[in-house]
Amino acid sequence: MSTTTLPPTKKTEPVSAPKGGISDRARSERKLGWLLAGPAFAVMLLVTAYPIAQATYESLFDYRLTDPDNRSFTGLNNYWVILTDTLWWQSIGVTAFITAVTVAVELVLGFGLALVMVKALRALRPVLRAVILIPYAVITVVSAFAWQFAFDINSGFVNSSFAWIPGVAADTDWFGDRWTALLVICLAEIWKTTPFISLLLLAGLAQVPEVLQEAAKVDGATRWQRLWRVTIPNMKAAIMVALLFRTLDAFRVFDSIFIMTNGANGTESVSFLAYRQTIARLEIGLGSAVSVLLFLAVVLIAFVFIKLFKVDLAQARGE
Amino acid sequence: MSTRKKVLWGVAAAVIIFYCLFPIAWIVSLSFKAPSDLSNQSFFPSALSWENYELIFTGSASDLFLPALRNSFGICLIATAISCLLAMFAAYAIARLDFPGKTLILSTALVVAIFPVISIVTPLFNLWRNIGLYDTWPGLIIPYLSLTLPISIWTMSAFFREIPWEMEQAAQVDGATTWQAFRKVIVPLAAPGVFTTAIIAFFIAWNDFIYGISLTSTEAARPVPAALGLFTGASQFEEPTGAISAAAVIVTIPVVVLVLLFQRRIVAGLTNGAVKG
Repeated sequence: MSTTTLPPTKKTEPVSAPKGGISDRARSERKLGWLLAGPAFAVMLLVTAYPIAQATYESLFDYRLTDPDNRSFTGLNNYWVILTDTLWWQSIGVTAFITAVTVAVELVLGFGLALVMVKALRALRPVLRAVILIPYAVITVVSAFAWQFAFDINSGFVNSSFAWIPGVAADTDWFGDRWTALLVICLAEIWKTTPFISLLLLAGLAQVPEVLQEAAKVDGATRWQRLWRVTIPNMKAAIMVALLFRTLDAFRVFDSIFIMTNGANGTESVSFLAYRQTIARLEIGLGSAVSVLLFLAVVLIAFVFIKLFKVDLAQARGE
Repeated sequence: MSTRKKVLWGVAAAVIIFYCLFPIAWIVSLSFKAPSDLSNQSFFPSALSWENYELIFTGSASDLFLPALRNSFGICLIATAISCLLAMFAAYAIARLDFPGKTLILSTALVVAIFPVISIVTPLFNLWRNIGLYDTWPGLIIPYLSLTLPISIWTMSAFFREIPWEMEQAAQVDGATTWQAFRKVIVPLAAPGVFTTAIIAFFIAWNDFIYGISLTSTEAARPVPAALGLFTGASQFEEPTGAISAAAVIVTIPVVVLVLLFQRRIVAGLTNGAVKG
């Protein structure tokens, strides 16, 4: 299938950077650059690289805070314990399920929202923009409570209002079963994060050259053909960036699960498992190992996206 | 566009507005239900009641809610201010100066942004207990920087790249030093970008839950999202639904006000940072 894109345009070099031979000015510019950016860089390393190094170290010990004197080096035993436990694989499954479902639905829904924002009447645009930002800005915990209370067997309106749907009755306990609980968790996540995706896609839509659309129209392409062969190929970079950010974000899902089910009925995500081991059970060694594994999973996802799908952040940034 | 099409897009827009607002409308409606009304199984309260708001501002839940509100505002504002200050210098260097390590800083920010928060919490929990930062304001402000600083650097560098830098050169030609040019010419031009970045960073800090529940244990530092999870009803046998809803509405007001006032800027900031960088 052929797609239509414009050839990349050449960017001019910034005038302030003379090449070849370091002049005094260039040297002082370098110094100033690191002087200005250094503190931010150092703080970022301090608040992430140091903790992850510490977690990696602690994951090699059998160490719980309730029994601090019995700390002993166990090598990779914690990892062995986790990787052979069904609890870990179950939480990986739950996390992967939530990630796949929410990201897929959000991409389609977000694209729809972006299209409506482009096509809507000029007068409606500021309203839509403000309204679409509200789910993004609302605290995740608040959104989780709103959805939980709506589906709650006592305080909710869903059971009474949607009783005409087969399977929904006055006594449907949404949080008592694994799949219905996951469904509500996914709904809350989708509601909260679709606006972010749709804004990224909207920015991508704006980058599709109008001339290509016109040319395709003149050549007799249908609306559908224009969408698949002109619009989407031209905003591939924006789609990929949105996908990458949301996938990584969804993989860390924690707040909604904590509020809605507290991990009951097999709805525990990987983040929740790490939290429960460390903060609730004070198993520092085991919890650290889960944290390290989660970190590695996130790195792996990012790597796959960037290498396999060739997400080019520089291209997405229009450079 | 034909009238039929206009109507169609109008309906689509109405659907979006409904989609975005109904969970908020629901929690607002819930917050106005009297305790006896909470289980009426309908969307709207049968009579307006301020009881839940009394509960969180003067009643039994106020001991939990009011300190949490103060903590949230204090901690989030300080974390936002620090990360904006640091990011401002870094973004200026990235957008303007030519020095090796630009890409390194931007990619580090990206890695930090995708970092699973829980991986940071685990070691900090232990460390903070040892050095006395557990359950204190600085104990939350420092980890909040891991949330706010990366997005601040990205968003602000995106804004700074659009500044007409010739103005700075003009000032330098007129005899200003690099520092003077930065302070007197660029800062006023960059202020809107910094402001927008601050709003986005504040949203992110305001939204935090994991650090809040893991690194605090009393009202000395516990922020609102964490406190919401700990609410109890007026008596042991009462569900805290009403109090939670009222508190949820209160903490949603600041972000809704910011969204309504600065929606255009926020959208520009969000999309610039992620797509244009």
